[in-house]
Amino acid sequence: MELLAFGDTGWGDELFYATLMTIAVSITAMFIGFLFALIFTPLKLSKNKFLNFIANSYTTIIRGVPELLVIYLFFFGGTGAVMYVASIFGYNEYIEINAFITGAFAIGIISGAYSTEVFRGAIQSIDKGQFEAANVLGLNKFGKFFKIILPQTLRLAIPNLSNVWQITLKDTSLISVTGLVEIMRQSYIAAGSTRDPLFFYSFAAVLYLLLTFVSMKLINRLEIKYSRGY
Amino acid sequence: MDLELMINSFPKLLSAAVITLKLLSVSLIIGLLIGLFFAILRLNKSLFINRFAYGYSYVFRGTPLLVQIFIIYFGLGQIEYLRSTVLWVILKEPYWCAIIAFALNTGAYTSEILRSAFQTITPGIIEAGKSLGISNKVIFYKIQIPIAIRQSLPAYGNEIILMMKGTSLASTVTIMDLTGVAKYIISTTFKPIEVFIVAGGIYLFMTFIIHNVIKFLEKKYSFN
Repeated sequence: MELLAFGDTGWGDELFYATLMTIAVSITAMFIGFLFALIFTPLKLSKNKFLNFIANSYTTIIRGVPELLVIYLFFFGGTGAVMYVASIFGYNEYIEINAFITGAFAIGIISGAYSTEVFRGAIQSIDKGQFEAANVLGLNKFGKFFKIILPQTLRLAIPNLSNVWQITLKDTSLISVTGLVEIMRQSYIAAGSTRDPLFFYSFAAVLYLLLTFVSMKLINRLEIKYSRGY
Repeated sequence: MDLELMINSFPKLLSAAVITLKLLSVSLIIGLLIGLFFAILRLNKSLFINRFAYGYSYVFRGTPLLVQIFIIYFGLGQIEYLRSTVLWVILKEPYWCAIIAFALNTGAYTSEILRSAFQTITPGIIEAGKSLGISNKVIFYKIQIPIAIRQSLPAYGNEIILMMKGTSLASTVTIMDLTGVAKYIISTTFKPIEVFIVAGGIYLFMTFIIHNVIKFLEKKYSFN
């Protein structure tokens, strides 16, 4: 147990902050994923073939290529891309992007592909009559979307989104290859300096289990909240 | 765009894809057996055995695959006792450690898929077979198994594709699979986009093939 002591002698406080980092990256990535889903879900549902093609390429490529490869693309290519864009605006100094932003963005794009599929499925399974009923009530576009369609979409989407959240949470362990100090990276450092990999990696597994367990409990509550009336 | 690099790296990446496919097929075969074993345990009436099987699938589905590989590859080597047993011949090889981790991981997901497939076989179907005078053995092979296969195929197809992506983590324990070689080429040439297109293309091609094989099997086992 002394390996887990807080302070200078143990790794307890380091692992605690690393857990907070994992939570922060996961939430940021999930949020970035929602933003991508917000853009690509309408494209998927649109009648325009070209827009459809773009959205389908995004979800197919991301879901068919390993997460690690996407992370390497961002890790090695992210800086270059940002510097290229900056050079168009006449800024030629070296820019270093923070590992948190690169990681959250890479995982966010992956998470977004899954979220897009979830939202597409949820919106498609809403009865046509609901759209018509909203029209009959004379609601405007925003009222129709936020008051009628979105609450029903959320009810259908939450169980699947909780799967996406689990995938996202577990995928953040891959960002450790870029050097961001989250649970996996911190365990790697601790295992290296104490020569006790079995203990620290098992402890990391326990931390991940705890995170998935607690988040499932919270999501279940949300599910109950959005299923009111059913 | 560096077309020359893309053309030059293609054969290297293609031969690395063979290693990816080897990792995938071996771990899928072992994983299927593990999954079948635990799915049967899940149907057991004993609460203890049931909980044990559920615990296995919960732990392996709730933790990242990377942690599982690291525990097996870096962690198990630390146990002095293991080093003196026959098991060490297997556990000192990163290749086999990766396969053990993949097999246990996919086994957990497979056990859930098979369990729900078994549960869709209602007593009515078995009774219908019995009332037609079919023997128990034939009912099992000709009725229960085909129905279970049909029920589990779509989910298992997804699992195969997820596992194929999972094998990329073998590169973190020094195995030069498709992702490992891609990373090596990226870090020596600093041309991430070109390498990503080629390696990603090979992965997408494999996903495409798996997807279509599963689709074909689904058609073959469907009712109509």
